[in-house]
Amino acid sequence: MATTISGQCFFYVWAGYQTSIFIFITAITVFFAAKALENSNLAQKQYLKEHKEELDKEAKTAYKASCQRKRNLILTATVAFNLCILIVLKYVGFFLQPLGISFYTLMAIGYLIDINRASYEAEKNVLRFITFTTFFPVVIQGPISKYNEVAPSMFKEHTFDTNQFMSGMLRIMWGFFKKLIVADRIGIAVSLITGDSCTYAEGYVLVGMLFYTCQLYADFTGGIDVTIGVAKILGINLSENFLRPYFSISLKEYWRRWHITMCQWFRTYVFYPVSTSKTIQNISKALRSKGHTTLGKKLPVHLSSLIVWTLTGVWHGANFNFLVWGLLNFFILMISEELDPLYTRFHGRFGFSNTKGYKIFAMLRTFLLICVLNLFDCYKTVGETLGAIASVFTSKGYSAISSGALMELGLSGIDYIIIAIGVAVMFVVSLIQEHYATSDKELTISSYLKLVLTLVLFICVIMFGAYSIGYDSSQFIYNQF
Amino acid sequence: MEELLEILQELHPEVDFETEDKLIDDGIIDSFDVITLITELQENMGVLISAKDIIPENFNSAKALFALIERIREEEA
Repeated sequence: MATTISGQCFFYVWAGYQTSIFIFITAITVFFAAKALENSNLAQKQYLKEHKEELDKEAKTAYKASCQRKRNLILTATVAFNLCILIVLKYVGFFLQPLGISFYTLMAIGYLIDINRASYEAEKNVLRFITFTTFFPVVIQGPISKYNEVAPSMFKEHTFDTNQFMSGMLRIMWGFFKKLIVADRIGIAVSLITGDSCTYAEGYVLVGMLFYTCQLYADFTGGIDVTIGVAKILGINLSENFLRPYFSISLKEYWRRWHITMCQWFRTYVFYPVSTSKTIQNISKALRSKGHTTLGKKLPVHLSSLIVWTLTGVWHGANFNFLVWGLLNFFILMISEELDPLYTRFHGRFGFSNTKGYKIFAMLRTFLLICVLNLFDCYKTVGETLGAIASVFTSKGYSAISSGALMELGLSGIDYIIIAIGVAVMFVVSLIQEHYATSDKELTISSYLKLVLTLVLFICVIMFGAYSIGYDSSQFIYNQF
Repeated sequence: MEELLEILQELHPEVDFETEDKLIDDGIIDSFDVITLITELQENMGVLISAKDIIPENFNSAKALFALIERIREEEA
């Protein structure tokens, strides 16, 4: 733990100690609130045990309700206080935004709700809880870790493990390969295309869309690879955030494989509580009793889903683009869900849904959909995004792609070759990982091979990384969220 | 248990709920199914499963789900 704490101190002084105060405020308020919640839970159990005989059912229910009200007050006040900090610093923006505020706030709130639900025991040591909340690799862009999943490896006694160290180093270098060779190089063209939607319309939008989807994947998964690698070197196991998302055959599957920890957070702490709340269930019941059976059945799922996607959009930023992006995701998922019985009947009749060809088609279709949705992340306004999409359909030709104009996007022929090789390497690695994951086999690499691969990746990063004046490798797309 | 099996069968007719014990782990039922199931249980069996009980262990098999329903009923009694 001493190594981790030393790392934290250095990191926060380097990242800007003025804004670091907020992460400590969150850690400390949540720590003490969680302790109060656990104490209240334990006191309730103890009281009911001691007065088991003398209390009737009504008295027990009343006592439980009174304790629950007290806990709800602590929980609501602490969550509201920390969300206020997030909203003021992230959305109002009159003060510098602390690094990773969107990530550590969700982690801390998740912990508090877990303790209120008595899912596991609260941390007793404030220093240990601060170490968890402020764990420096995670605050940059996640993964949004759960306390009970990280704590066992974070607070056990650590000894140097060569194999773990080599695994960590390999993961870090693999992350930098994606980030510095592919993402930052392709990002030069993306910035040019999306920065001037009037000049770079029509065919350029298709190029920008495809390039941005590659950039986002290489940047975000690369960043998480570095995070998981650093944690591994310190002997700490973090949850995986991606499971080869571009192999998904539907948008629903994509959201089970992309930014997994964020999706899990919204599912556990928003989707489930809202959809199972008495209010929603009573509305559903009332609709059914009035004969609206289907609507009553569907309402909890779709209404909660709408709330989740609105919040997910807003969480990404105070920009109308993100809200529209979230709502589009909701509508596509809702329509897919409603049309599912129709698809099942259709596939049942024609029976080609299990063929390899159809799966590849479904993957490409999902990939294209993701590319289009990602455009809302690229442009500054909804109008600009829709204008860019419309220009693709009103275009009289796509000469931008064929006339050699690609060479005027800030990238040379050599750059395109490096990007193509980088993307091909990422694709082959993903295919190998997918093969092992679907066949339940374990991919084992010896320490010696890990060392060789790490060195090869290191040389590639040094030779082919996209460095230029003013370049800052510590900037990731997801930093801004 | 029979009533529960009927509800599950209506949700996914192709699944053998009497033997399947990795409903969540193998992605046979997803979060949308879980909520549809909870709404059905509330309507037909009068049991409201709260968010804190939505964990894979409680939804991986019909048997585990039935045990959860029994536990909720006992707590309410």
